[in-house]
Amino acid sequence: MSFLIDNFVELTVTGLVLGAVYGLVALGYTLVYGVLQLINFAHSEVWMFGSFAAVWVTVALGVAPGSALPIVIGVLLLALLAAMAVSGGVALLLERVAYRRLIRLDAPKLVALISAIGASFALAEFMGLRDRIADFFGLRDTLDPYVRSARDNTRFQNPLQTEGVFTVGGYTVSNVDIIIIVSAILMMVALDQFIRRTRTGRGIRAVAQDSEAAALMGVNRNRIIRATFLVGGIMAGAAALLYLMRFGVTRWNAGFLLGVKAFTAAVLGGIGNIRGALLGGFVLGLAENYGSALIGSEWRDVVAFLLLVVILLFRPTGLLGESLGRARA
Amino acid sequence: MRFSVKTGAPLLAMALALTACGTSGGDDEEASGSGGGEAGTCEDVAIGYFGALTGAAANLGINIRNGVELAVNQFNDENADCQVGLEEYDSAGDPNQATGLATQAIGDETVIGIVGPAFSGESDTAGPIFAEGGLPTITASATNPDLASNGWDTFHRILGNDDSQGPAAASYIQDVLQSQSVFVVDDASAYGAGLATIVEEDLGDAVVGTDTIQTGQTDFSATVTAIRDSGAEAVFFGGYYAEAGLLVQQMRGGGVDATFVVADGVKDPGFIEAAGDAAEGTIITCPCLPPEESQEFFDAYQAAYDTAPATYSAEAYDAANVFLEGILDGNTDRESLLEWVNDYDGEQTTKTVKFDEDGEVENITVWAYKVENGEIVADQEIETN
Repeated sequence: MSFLIDNFVELTVTGLVLGAVYGLVALGYTLVYGVLQLINFAHSEVWMFGSFAAVWVTVALGVAPGSALPIVIGVLLLALLAAMAVSGGVALLLERVAYRRLIRLDAPKLVALISAIGASFALAEFMGLRDRIADFFGLRDTLDPYVRSARDNTRFQNPLQTEGVFTVGGYTVSNVDIIIIVSAILMMVALDQFIRRTRTGRGIRAVAQDSEAAALMGVNRNRIIRATFLVGGIMAGAAALLYLMRFGVTRWNAGFLLGVKAFTAAVLGGIGNIRGALLGGFVLGLAENYGSALIGSEWRDVVAFLLLVVILLFRPTGLLGESLGRARA
Repeated sequence: MRFSVKTGAPLLAMALALTACGTSGGDDEEASGSGGGEAGTCEDVAIGYFGALTGAAANLGINIRNGVELAVNQFNDENADCQVGLEEYDSAGDPNQATGLATQAIGDETVIGIVGPAFSGESDTAGPIFAEGGLPTITASATNPDLASNGWDTFHRILGNDDSQGPAAASYIQDVLQSQSVFVVDDASAYGAGLATIVEEDLGDAVVGTDTIQTGQTDFSATVTAIRDSGAEAVFFGGYYAEAGLLVQQMRGGGVDATFVVADGVKDPGFIEAAGDAAEGTIITCPCLPPEESQEFFDAYQAAYDTAPATYSAEAYDAANVFLEGILDGNTDRESLLEWVNDYDGEQTTKTVKFDEDGEVENITVWAYKVENGEIVADQEIETN
């Protein structure tokens, strides 16, 4: 107990950092659920592809840590753009290949769920087997820095050096901590405004409320569904870069655990609720850290999921419990 | 997906065996060779490699497989009239998959010796099956001590177990590093937790804190906080290289500069790949001889795989050679090969191999390795008393 109190600030900040990543990934689950009432289980792979895109940008540019600030910012922005583009692209591909026909045929939700799980396996294995794929096309040597040790952790050479900014309660908050928490909140606010104020955002809300009525009012449902996947993917891409800045490595199956946690965050905050996703992420990240500190790291998931169950017992629709469709304009 | 692999693979093996039977009676000798085990006067004899070739810790398994393959290839080159096949059982290091694969290996009559299982967890689940099937195994890497005390008469281990590695790591921490306070972390695996417990017991009062992480976990911030809070001078981690790389990186990122001490499961370039500069100065114990101590093996391996032999390649090479010598001696069924291994007493590249009652090798050495400039280099042999 005294350990938790003595290190309260550190546990809180690192918990919030992790929670910010959970929250951004959770947005993808929440958006798609809000519009289609289906859980896009392949969203974790959308995130994973984004993380590799960011890694490959730094590999291609080969920037050493400690470069001049403009270069560092430029590289990080490029990595961010690449991660967002790749994640968004993979999300669109998923929608096209795994969902569109099922949605059009009005297939049972379970069928779409299985399709999503299948797509998740396929995408993860594709990344895990990328060395063999390169072999197949005879590009193994050219692509070596991108495909070597495909099953192992791949390191992200962060061009930004972690530096302490200020000290609070015995913990030195680093520049990376601040960047992650602030950008997550900014992205969330931007997305919230996008949903509330733009034409596409209004369309998303309309389809979420009643897709048939929305179609009658002239909303192009397919276009809105595509936009929803794209926006969720872009958020996952941003989350991927932030994750790499903090944790430094990614792996072909890194999405699985993170996906489960992000999905949990989405449910915790109220699935279909955009603000709830980030709040759920923060609560989950903090619960994991406090739980680890109280009893030991092996109990972190037990504590986190017990909390989830208890919260859902009292608030079955999650902390904020409002659906996307009923979000106020 | 796992289900289909488990059921599909034995069917495939059966189909292959049937084809082999059907053609070997005929005059087309080459056709029978294509059915898995190479045919020759040693008559459809194969040894198996059992362990991870895919999965998170695949590198460790591939090093071992290569050692076995090199031994088999060299043997087949030298003995034209006795061609021995090599079967691979890829468990992905997963104890749950190991049982199905072990049953499959038992079912294949041509397989009369197994090098592996590579990890302790899978040895635990596959061991009883090999014992029941009378299929002799020599592991070149599974170091959990309890494995030898299950009464499996087929079990052999060609290197020191964690009862020798644990105390060696503890004595290195106390005598060489002279650390007064040590934080012990384990990954709850049969290997990692077992090793961490031994180190903890040996260090006694010097242990200032412990924590358990999970394999597959990527965020260790709570653990890092606990380590910093304890003020430990050294951190011992019992586990594999994937988590070790992340842990040391987050330790250094969190401003913890305690010496990082790990064991053989981390002795892999994948550790440095993941940890980068944070890996520098890490101490790795291993009951394995530095490969450069045996030049002949080193050169042959380098020539065959275009890379230097890595952790346990030499041990696996030795284990395979113990079997191969037995086969050349005419022990071409499981029962007689098991007897051969039990009675074996001979010189191999890493040590003089002789197994005791429990299948443990006598004559054990533990070495300390150190990460320097992104390479794992031999530091010194650890004296244990």
